[in-house]
This record gives sequence, C-alpha cells and structure tokens, in this order.
Amino acid sequence: MDEAATENRKYPPGCHPDLPPPGIAAGPLLWIKDNLFGSATNVVLTFLAAYFLWLSIPPLLEWAFFDAAFTGESRKACKAQAPGACWAFIQNRFELFVYGFYPRPERWRVDLSFILLMVALTPVLWEKVPQRAKLLLFSCAYPFVAGWLLTGGLGLKPVGTDQFGGILLTLVIGITGISFSLPIGIVLALGRQSRMPVPRILCVAFIEFIRGVPLITLLFVASAMLSYFLPPGTNFNLLLRVLIMVTLFASGYMAEVIRGGLQAIPAGQYEAAQSMGLGYWKAMRLIVLPQALKISIPGIVNTFIALYKDTTLVIIIGLLDPLGIGRSSLADSKWQGLSTEVYIFVAVFFFISCFGMSRYALYLERKLDTGHKR
Amino acid sequence: MSEAVNDPIIEINGMHKWFGRFHVLKDINLDVKQAERIVVCGPSGSGKSTLIRCINRLEEHQRGRIVVDGIELTNDLKNIDAIRREVGMVFQHFNLFPHLTVIENLTLGPIWVRRTPRKEAEESAMKYLERVKIPEQAEKFPGQLSGGQQQRVAIARALINDPALVLADEATGNLDSATAVEILDLFDELHAEGKTILLVTHEAQVGERAENVLRLADGRIAEVERRNGGRS
Repeated sequence: MDEAATENRKYPPGCHPDLPPPGIAAGPLLWIKDNLFGSATNVVLTFLAAYFLWLSIPPLLEWAFFDAAFTGESRKACKAQAPGACWAFIQNRFELFVYGFYPRPERWRVDLSFILLMVALTPVLWEKVPQRAKLLLFSCAYPFVAGWLLTGGLGLKPVGTDQFGGILLTLVIGITGISFSLPIGIVLALGRQSRMPVPRILCVAFIEFIRGVPLITLLFVASAMLSYFLPPGTNFNLLLRVLIMVTLFASGYMAEVIRGGLQAIPAGQYEAAQSMGLGYWKAMRLIVLPQALKISIPGIVNTFIALYKDTTLVIIIGLLDPLGIGRSSLADSKWQGLSTEVYIFVAVFFFISCFGMSRYALYLERKLDTGHKR
Repeated sequence: MSEAVNDPIIEINGMHKWFGRFHVLKDINLDVKQAERIVVCGPSGSGKSTLIRCINRLEEHQRGRIVVDGIELTNDLKNIDAIRREVGMVFQHFNLFPHLTVIENLTLGPIWVRRTPRKEAEESAMKYLERVKIPEQAEKFPGQLSGGQQQRVAIARALINDPALVLADEATGNLDSATAVEILDLFDELHAEGKTILLVTHEAQVGERAENVLRLADGRIAEVERRNGGRS
C-alpha cells in the first residue's frame, strides 16, 4: 500500500525519488528464469545439460580423486590400492617434469630463477608496487640474470642447455618469446606502415615469409639447416636457435596484430600530435602506440598464448618440454599405460598458465579503459 | 615594437597545392597581419581546410612560398618544428588524446616539446583551463566530457605554448549552436588579447561575427573582405 501511494503521487520535476524495481527485476532467481527456463527449448536444453553433467561429472571425480592412488612405486602398486587414477606416477616424475635433466646439485639455481621471475614480473604486471621504477630496472636485467643462473659461467658451474627440459624449458622458451616478440613486432608494424620504401619492403617481406612458413619448418631449419648458413666451426647452441626462431615467428604475427591496432587510430590523433610539435617517435611513443597497443590487447595475448602452447612443438627436434617428458616417461615399463594421467597433468599445467594470461589481459583492458568509446 | 605589429605574421605568395592530380589550391596570395582575425569560408571542397593545414605543414604545398612569423616553410624539419611551436591548432573533431587525462593532454606539449618541468607545466595548464572555464575537469578523461567541454580543452591545449597564431579548422562544426556561440565568444576574447586567429568555417553565423572574411571558391581566393579597411 505504501509503495503504491509513493508511486501514484505527483512530484515536481527533479524531485521523484528512486523506487525499487518491481518484483524480481534483479537477483539470482531472475537470472535462472531468464537464462535456464526462458522458453520451452531452453527448459529442454537445461534438463538435457543437467542429465549429461550428472552422467559425466561424478565418475570423473571418482576416477580423479576418490578412487585415485597418490602414492606407490609402480603402476601395479597403484592399481592394488585403488581402481582410479594413478597420480603416484606424476609425483614420482614430478622433478623431471619441472627441471628436466638439470643436474640435481645445481637445481637451486632453477628455483632461484623461478623466484626471481616472480619478483621481475610483479612491477610489470601491477602498477601500484612500491619502488616500481627500481624494480622495473631489475625486470629488464632479469633475462640476463636468469640466463647466467641457468647456463652458469662466471663462478657458477656451467650447465649445458641440452639438460634443460620440462616446465623449465617451456618457461625459458615462452618467456623469451613473449618478452622479445612484442618489441620486435612493434618495430615491424611501424616499419610496414613507413613511407620509406626500404624499411617497408623489408618488413613486409619478413612478415609475409613468417606467416607463409609453418613453425615446424622453421624449427627444423633451426636444428638442421642453420649451420649451413653460418661460418664453419661456429657452434651455435640449439636452444638459442630455437629461441630465435620462436621469437621471430611470434614477432611476425605480433606485427600484424599491432598493425591492426595502429589502423584503428584516427588520423586526427597523428595530426594533433604533429601540430603540437611532437616528432614521429615522440608522437608514436606518447600518443599512437599507447592507444594502438590497448586496442590490440586481445590479439597480443592471443599471440602470446599461441606461442606458449607452440613451445610443445620443440619435441620434434628432440627437446623435451613437459609433454615430451611425459611421453618419454610412459616408455618406462614400470609405469606403462598411464597416458591419461600424463596428458591431463600436462593439459592442466598449460591451462593454468594460459588462463592466467587471459585473465590478466581482461584485468588490464578494464584498467586501461578510459571511457572514450561513447 | 610598432614595426613588429605591422609585419605580416603569415605571408603566402603564389602557393599551389595538389592532391594527386587534383589541383586543390591555385595561386594563393595572402598576408595576415599580427593580431588580425580572419574567417575563411567557402563551400565544402573549396580548399579552406587545406589552406590552413598548409600553414602548419599538416599538408605540404608544392609550389610557392609560405612564411610564418619570419620562418619559411621548407622541407627543413627544424623550420617545421619552429613554426609548429608558434602555431596552435583546434580541430573539428577536437582530437584530444583519449588515453590521457585533460591535464595530461595539456602538459604533453610543454613537457615533451619545450622540456618544461612537470610542475611548471601543470601550473600553466591549470591557468589555461581556468581561462577556458573548466578547471574542475582537469583529472577527467576526454571521453567523460561533453562536446563543448572537449573543445574548450582542445583550445586550452592549443594555447598552452602561447602561440602567436591560432588556427581553427571548423572548430564549431561538431557542436550545437548554443555551445558553438560560447566557443566563438572564447575566440573573440583571444582575439581581444592580441592573438592572430584564422577560423575556417562553412557556417554563415561565424562569418557574420568577423570583421575580416576570406572567401575561397574552387581553390582560389574569391574575395578578401576587410570590413574596417575595405575590400580587395
């Protein structure tokens, strides 16, 4: 009665109070009604989906958790304990999955690099970190620090890159590729837009070459052919070659993603920057690139994720990433037949990394949104 | 100083401009004195925007001479930069930088072109925001402002280097008529303060307010009307 009275009163303009929405205009009940039982088809689909979930989820949970064996020294020991998954295998090989064949007494160096990686990433990912400027200097130095820690020299025992493997290898290739492909991609994209013919033709040729050749071919070139082009006697580290190839491959795609962003910037922005007296590089750095990169975030992250997952391709030239380690572990007669566990573990590892990247990208997009889309 | 006042701030002699094969501007001859305000009008496609865009080298002219404040526009980047520092420009679509706040839009030029210390640049930015009557919007992003407010910010941005000459390319073309009048009043005040102003417009309303009108037709100067000095 009270509400009706409020609704029916006449108010002078500008004095109408905010009324609550009538009935269930908001809330979980409305969401369920709208999304699950909105129409006859939706009702049928909802029940069908519920039925399939009921069929598939309980057995999956049973296999993966309730009926799973977490300890044991062989597949037989696992199966004797429980009929479900045999996670003991993953636990048994966990160090191999993380470190590859990195010599055991030196593994603290890998751990230290992982920890320093977190320190180096913090100021890059979050703006409100105390002492950000100093930490960013460390982030720039990190690749060299990590390179020194992992390969040794200068007082540390040298470790050959052929002993890298597992998650360590994925992170080395993935992070190198990600951190170098963005700047190279930016330069290529700007070069492709340049009015000067020589840089433009070079950039177009490079980008089109990269896009026209499969990554596997480039990796084969890296492993087999590169030595033909180098002066005889040069011993060029295989991992380094792979890093270069993966980075260049991602840069080509990155360049096209960023070119798309550049094209979305209206000519007026360039003109305003010019008429203020900003030169080409300053206008690019201060006005055009910040906007173009912001627009390109979904595409950039897409390229990062593709690159990260493509690191598994190194298996074909004999480097063992987590997938490779898993496959070779399966050959062990003690553990034969556990491929499901291995592939699920590898999939979960990649999923966590890639999902993290994609969530961070969403956060970044929201943070950089300055509401100019009106 | 009296000599300086009589010196033309813009001298254009026999200037031609082509877009590809299209002859946009034909034999333009124009002297603009200091502290003069000229409204450039003409039908669309007559080359009026191109004319003022040639003055700060957003467009390149192919023949003839353009001298701004004693500096000739050539391919020499040093000259172009020097002229751009003396010329402020206001655009039809405002062209504010959407990723920067209002105050950052203003301080960008002083900090990066003139190397003014940030604090000093911010103080002078606030002064100009007060001048265009929107100091309270300093921390907002352009996308959060109305069209009229955005154009005020754009004018403040054009003024912050204290240019002798202000070019306005259809500065009111994107605004409703009431807001347009406010912006034109602002240009009146700037003119009263001694700035040289070139206003491009196709709106008759703007032309009526000015004492000097330059009419372009088909890429030529059809008429220069100086109301307190007669016609030529």
